[in-house]
Amino acid sequence: MPEQPGKNAIEVRGVRKVFGAGDAAVAALDTVSVSIRENEFFTLLGPSGCGKTTLLRLIAGFDYPSAGEILLYGDDIALLPPFKRPVNTVFQSYALFPHMTVSQNIGFGLEMLGKPKAEVKARVAEMLKLVRMEHLASRRTSQISGGQQQRVALARALAPQPKVLLLDEPLSALDYKLRKEMQIELKRLQNQTGITFIFVTHDQEEALTMSDRIAVMSSGKILQVGSPWDIYDKPADRFVADFIGETNFLTASIAGIENGKARATLKSGATITASVADGFQPKGEATVVVRPEHAKLVKGKAELSGTVENVVYFGTDTHIHVRLDGSDDLFIVRQQNARSAGCGFETGDKAGIAIGDDAAQVLRD
Amino acid sequence: MAKSFSIRHQPGFTTIAAVCFVALYMPIIVLVVYAFNEAPSTSEWGGFSLKWFQSASQNAQVIDATLRSFQIAAIAATLATIAATMAALATTRTPPYPGLTFKYAMINQPLMVPEIVTGVALLIFFSRIKIFTGYSGLGYLIAAHTAFCIPFAYLPIRARLENMDLSLERAAADLYATPWQAFRRVTLPLLWPGILAGLMLAFVISLDDVVITEFVKSGGQDTLPTYMLGQIRRGITPEINAISTAFLLLSVVIVTLFFFVSRKRD
Repeated sequence: MPEQPGKNAIEVRGVRKVFGAGDAAVAALDTVSVSIRENEFFTLLGPSGCGKTTLLRLIAGFDYPSAGEILLYGDDIALLPPFKRPVNTVFQSYALFPHMTVSQNIGFGLEMLGKPKAEVKARVAEMLKLVRMEHLASRRTSQISGGQQQRVALARALAPQPKVLLLDEPLSALDYKLRKEMQIELKRLQNQTGITFIFVTHDQEEALTMSDRIAVMSSGKILQVGSPWDIYDKPADRFVADFIGETNFLTASIAGIENGKARATLKSGATITASVADGFQPKGEATVVVRPEHAKLVKGKAELSGTVENVVYFGTDTHIHVRLDGSDDLFIVRQQNARSAGCGFETGDKAGIAIGDDAAQVLRD
Repeated sequence: MAKSFSIRHQPGFTTIAAVCFVALYMPIIVLVVYAFNEAPSTSEWGGFSLKWFQSASQNAQVIDATLRSFQIAAIAATLATIAATMAALATTRTPPYPGLTFKYAMINQPLMVPEIVTGVALLIFFSRIKIFTGYSGLGYLIAAHTAFCIPFAYLPIRARLENMDLSLERAAADLYATPWQAFRRVTLPLLWPGILAGLMLAFVISLDDVVITEFVKSGGQDTLPTYMLGQIRRGITPEINAISTAFLLLSVVIVTLFFFVSRKRD
């Protein structure tokens, strides 16, 4: 992956975080390194317990790393208390101050920074406008809805103009429709303010739709960092491929790597081209993944063949489960639906699965 | 539809409840009624009068004991509340850690140890100090009251803190508040009803104490309850009823305030 220009807002270098001691010690973060660029919408994605929230807390200063450095525009902030870091957080529970009004909440950070009253007032007004909450400025935070609380939490964290904004699963408490709205709202705010966002979520769809880049985490490690396209189309290993979207795993013997492409010979005897990550030299057998929508079900012969076992209608598309000949593996093909037309296959049909030139990826495991 | 089980519909429920209420409140009602007795008797009615209230309010010993009670209660409750607030902050504002339960037990120990044991222990302990220092003022009573008031002040404060999200202080720190500013601007305003409730509870508990006070006090250091106890030994007049009634009224007022304060902003 070529290094893109632009400054790094945050550089995490070899950070470890160990909880407990002796035999009970657990590494919540196992030597993690990652660079987050200026003005980027960066997402830490992974299942619960993967270390994403721990990493966020280390950047915020609510906890300190056991080893390693965290640089903010080149300065090591790893051991600074939170009130000395020009970084603000939107909490999962919002953590709005219940004894203050919406305006007082938004102005709190600026007040603590010792800004003059007039400046605080002007900035609060600006923030209220930015999150469209002018009409509720003097309400108590207990008198507004969850979505409105979310906006106040955002305005409060953005008001002191932090160098980096940290968001800890801020949308998880909202219902589906409101969540979709807030996803767009967050993107808008990020574009408008130009602040670097670090967003933590376990929701892969949320990560794909919002992020400039994503770091996929599991068991305290970062497995892959890349654009949503990279992560989805070129997963580096089995965990990433499995965690993000649906995938078919195939075993193949790899030969003839050239320009990032390899010839992969499947068990059926068919050979397909599969892309290989930079610098990765698979030897012999490896796992190849094909996304369900990158394969095509055809009548007659193709790279793979099998028997249709199940046809599942999803509205926008249809998932067809095919039991592969000569093995027990299921292969799922997703086909876009057309109006007033079936997918053309029924349970029990023999079918071929066509895998195009740019449909497969060799995994690193 | 089958009726769901309700204890209120079991046979005898109303009777038992009535007996309990009578046993609880009847003696108090009788005591209050006889405070207004014209005759110098706590059992024979001789007409309505306020003379016992008048005589109690002019009794130099009663006034002296009352003032002392208030003085001790005010100082001890304040000191106990400060200590309890700090203890509550220390035991709730961090994630749970091993040894925390032990600390709870240590703080609440005065609730478990029989008062008479504490009384005897303090008597022996303080008498040594008296010999060494020669000091025999109210300090001993204040120290003793502070000690047994701490758990009573601690409980409502801790209850309030436990309902307060830890992330509030984190948010304050994240928004550039130093630990002291975070405490002043976020923790303290939210904790205030709990602190007031703890203070009032401690005040009432101190005001009411007999056993420990009886052991710790030096000569001429009667509080209102120990004075009343002393009077009863010499034969009762309705003046005791009048003092008790005034005392009761004060406690009811404070406990009612406590109730409203601790319910506030929940």
